[in-house]
Amino acid sequence: MLEKILVLLCLPSALAQHLCTPGASDGYKVRLSIKTALGDQAYVWNENEMFLFRATLAFAMRTHFNGQMYNVSNIVVCDETPRVSFWFVVTSPLDTSTLVDRKDVEEAVRKSRNRINSAFLLTDKTLEFIGIAPTLAAPVYPDPPPWLIVFGVVMGAVGAGIIILLVTSVLQKKRKKNEKSEGEDDEEDTRVKTVENGTASDGVYNMSFSDDERFTKM
Amino acid sequence: MKLVLPNPGLDDRIPSYEDLDRMEKEEAGDRPKWDNKAQYILTCVGLCIGIGNVWRFPYLCQSHGGGAFLIPYVILLVLEGMPLLLLEFAIGQRLRKGSVGVWRAISPYLTGVGVASMLVSLLIGLYYNTLIAWILWYLFNSFQSPLPWAQCPLNDNGTGFVPECQRSSAVDYYFYRVTLNSSASIVDSGGIHWPIVLCLLAAWTVMCVCYIRGIGTSGKAVYVTAILPYIVLAIFLIRGLTLKGALSGIKFLFTPDVDELMKPTTWLDAGAQVFYAFSLAWGGLISFSSYNPVHNNCMQDAVMLTAITGLTSIYAATVTYTIIGFRATEKYDSCISDNIMTLLNAFELPEDSIFTSNYDAAFNHLNSSSPDIILGLDIKICDLQTLLSEGVEGTGLAFIVFTEAIANMPGSPAWSVLFFIMLFCLGISSLFGNIEGVVVPLKDLNMLPQKWPQEARTGVTCAVAFIISLLFAQHSGIYWVTLFDNFAGSVPLLTIGLIEMIAVVYIYGIDRFNEDLEFMVGHKPSIFWQVTWRFISPLIVLVILVFYLVTQVQEELTYLVWDPNSEEFPSLASVPYPKWIYVIIFLLAGVSSLTVPVYALCRLVFLCFKKKK
Repeated sequence: MLEKILVLLCLPSALAQHLCTPGASDGYKVRLSIKTALGDQAYVWNENEMFLFRATLAFAMRTHFNGQMYNVSNIVVCDETPRVSFWFVVTSPLDTSTLVDRKDVEEAVRKSRNRINSAFLLTDKTLEFIGIAPTLAAPVYPDPPPWLIVFGVVMGAVGAGIIILLVTSVLQKKRKKNEKSEGEDDEEDTRVKTVENGTASDGVYNMSFSDDERFTKM
Repeated sequence: MKLVLPNPGLDDRIPSYEDLDRMEKEEAGDRPKWDNKAQYILTCVGLCIGIGNVWRFPYLCQSHGGGAFLIPYVILLVLEGMPLLLLEFAIGQRLRKGSVGVWRAISPYLTGVGVASMLVSLLIGLYYNTLIAWILWYLFNSFQSPLPWAQCPLNDNGTGFVPECQRSSAVDYYFYRVTLNSSASIVDSGGIHWPIVLCLLAAWTVMCVCYIRGIGTSGKAVYVTAILPYIVLAIFLIRGLTLKGALSGIKFLFTPDVDELMKPTTWLDAGAQVFYAFSLAWGGLISFSSYNPVHNNCMQDAVMLTAITGLTSIYAATVTYTIIGFRATEKYDSCISDNIMTLLNAFELPEDSIFTSNYDAAFNHLNSSSPDIILGLDIKICDLQTLLSEGVEGTGLAFIVFTEAIANMPGSPAWSVLFFIMLFCLGISSLFGNIEGVVVPLKDLNMLPQKWPQEARTGVTCAVAFIISLLFAQHSGIYWVTLFDNFAGSVPLLTIGLIEMIAVVYIYGIDRFNEDLEFMVGHKPSIFWQVTWRFISPLIVLVILVFYLVTQVQEELTYLVWDPNSEEFPSLASVPYPKWIYVIIFLLAGVSSLTVPVYALCRLVFLCFKKKK
C-alpha cells in the first residue's frame, strides 16, 4: 500500500521531468554568468540557488497570470551544465502533464525581468534567457537637446562681442573726429601743415580756406 | 649670380631703405601693427600648428616607418620648409604689403601670384571652416553624460539597436548618420542638414568676431588659441600615459622601419606634409610679417618657427598614439573576452576555465578535439597590430577613433570637451592666416572698397563665405569636403610656392634680396640660405609637384562613401567619381594655378593693345 502511495506521489514529478528536454518547444534555455558579473563577490551556484530560481520564476508566472497559483514544483529544470546553464519548462498548475505555452512564459519573464535579475544580483546580459530579447534601456534624450543650449550660449556671447566691438569702434571714430576738430581750432593761427607722404588717407585740410564763420561768429 | 630677368621700374614700386627708416621713425599710422613680438610669434605658431599636426602627421609617421620617418621629415623641414618660410617673412617685412601688393611691387605681371594665393586661401578656408563646424557640433554635444556617441539608438520595439548602427558601431553611426546624415554618393545632394548649418553659422561668426578688426582683435585671440592646445596636449599626455595600452601605442608609432626610407613615397609624403604644415603660399605669412617693424630679425623667427613646428608635431603624435594605443588595447581585450564567452557557451564549460592568459592554449585544445563545432562558431581574429593601424588619419581619427576612446575613459564629457576645444583652437588659429590671405588681397585689388572700415570688410567676407559653404551642409557635404581637401590645396599651393621662389630669386634678384636682409637684420644670409633658395628648395618642390601630377593623372579618381547598402559596409566603399566632377576638379586646382600665367598674358595683351592705340 505504502509503495503504491509512494509511486503515485513520485509519478507526477517523474512525468513532469520527462516534459523537460533540451530543445523542448515550450522551454527556454537559461544561462548565468555569475563570475563575469560579480568577480570576487560571486556566489557558488548550488541547489539552493536553483530553488531560488524556480521560486522566482513561479513568482513571475503568478504575477502575469493573476489568480493561477503557480508553485515551485511547476517549474521543471533539466540539463544543468557546469557553465551554469539549463533548460526549464513550466507546467500548468491545473494539469501537471501539460506545459504552459512558450509565448505566455516569455511575457511573464519579460514583465518581471527586473525582479528576476535583482534576485540574483545580475543584469540582462549576465542572466540570459535564450530567445527572450531584453527590452533595452532607452537612451535619455533630454528636451531641449543640450547642444542647442550650448549653441545658444556661444552665439549669444559672440553676438554680444560683435556689438561691443562695433560700438567701441564707432565711439572711437567719433572721439577722433572731435579731437581733430578741436585740433583745428588750435591750429587756426598756423596756416601751414606738413603733408606726410602717402600716409594721410584723404589729403590735408588746408586752413586758409576753412569755414571761418563757424568759429568767429561775433 | 648674374642670372636675373630684366625688371624695369622695380625701384619706383618698392619703398627705398630711407623710406623704410623714415616710416619706422614716424610710426606711420594707418597700417596695422603688432602690439608686441609675442603676438606675432603666437600668430605664426597658430598658423603653422593646425589640425593636420594632430590628425595627419601621426598617421604619416606611423605608416612610413615610425621613428625612421622623422629623418626625411626633419631633413625636408630644414631644406624645403625653412628657406621658403624665411623668404615669405623677409619679402613681406621688406615690401610692407599683403600678398597681392608684394607681387605687384616685384613685377606687375606677377600680380597673378597674389590673386592665386587669394583664391587658394578662399577655397581652403571654405572647407577648413566646415571641419571646424563639425568640431563645434561635437563640442556642443559633449556637455552631456553619457556622451551621445557612446550608445546606439534603439529600434522601434526597443529590443535591439538600429540596424545601421548595429552593423557598424555607435561612433560611426553618430558621425555619418546623426552628425552629417550622409547620402550614399556625391551626386545625391539630399538637401540641407540644418544642425550643420547652425554649426557653420557659429564657426563663421566666431571667425568674424575674432578677426573683426584685423590683427587688432585676432592678435588678442591668439593668446588663447595658440597656447591652449599645448596645455590640453599636456593634460592628455599625462592622462594618456596612465591608461592601459598607451605604451604599446607609442611603441607602434616610433618603432623604426629603415626600409621605408628607400621608398620614394615616404620622402614625397614628408615633403608635402612640410609644405602644407607651414601654410606656405597662402599669403597669410607675407601679410603678417608686413606688420612687423623693419628691423625685426626674421631669420631668427624662421628658424624658431621651424623648430617649434617640428617639435610640436612629434609632441602631438606622441599624445595621439597614447590614446590610439589605449583604444586598440580596449578593443583587443573585448575581442578576446567575446571569443572566450563564445567558447564557454558553446562547450558549456565553467566560467573561470578559460581566461586571457590561457586563451590560446585552450582554443587550440578545443580546436583539435572538436574542430567542426569551432568552425560553426563566430570566432573573431583579434590582432593588436591591426587594431593599432585602423582608420587613424583625418576625420576618421578625430571623430571616430578618438571619440570612441574618450567614451571609454572615466569622466568622458570633460575629456571630450577638452579635446574638441583643443581641435577648435588649432583650427581657428590656422584660419586667421587664411582669412588674412583673403581679406587683404580683396582690399588691395579694390574688390572691397578701400573706404570701408575693416569691420565691414571682415563681415562681408565672412557672410559670403558662409553662404558658399552651405554647399558642405548638404547630405553629400563630406564628399565635397574630401574633394576640396584633395584638390583645392595640393597642386595650386605647390605651384604658387615654386613660382614665389623663382620670382624672388630670379625676378626680384637674389643679390637685392640679400642686401635687403642685410639692411633689415644686420648681416647677409649665410651660404646655407643661398644654396637652398637658389637650387635645393625649388628643386624639391618641383619634384614633389611633378610626382604628384603624374600619380594623380594615372589613377582613376575614386572616393570613399558611407553606403549601408554596399557589400563592404561598415567599411567605406570605394566608388569612382562621376564624369562632371572632373570639371569641378579642374576648376578647383586649375583656376588657381593657371591664374599666374593667364594674368601675365592678359596684361601683356592689354599693354600691347594700349601701345598700338
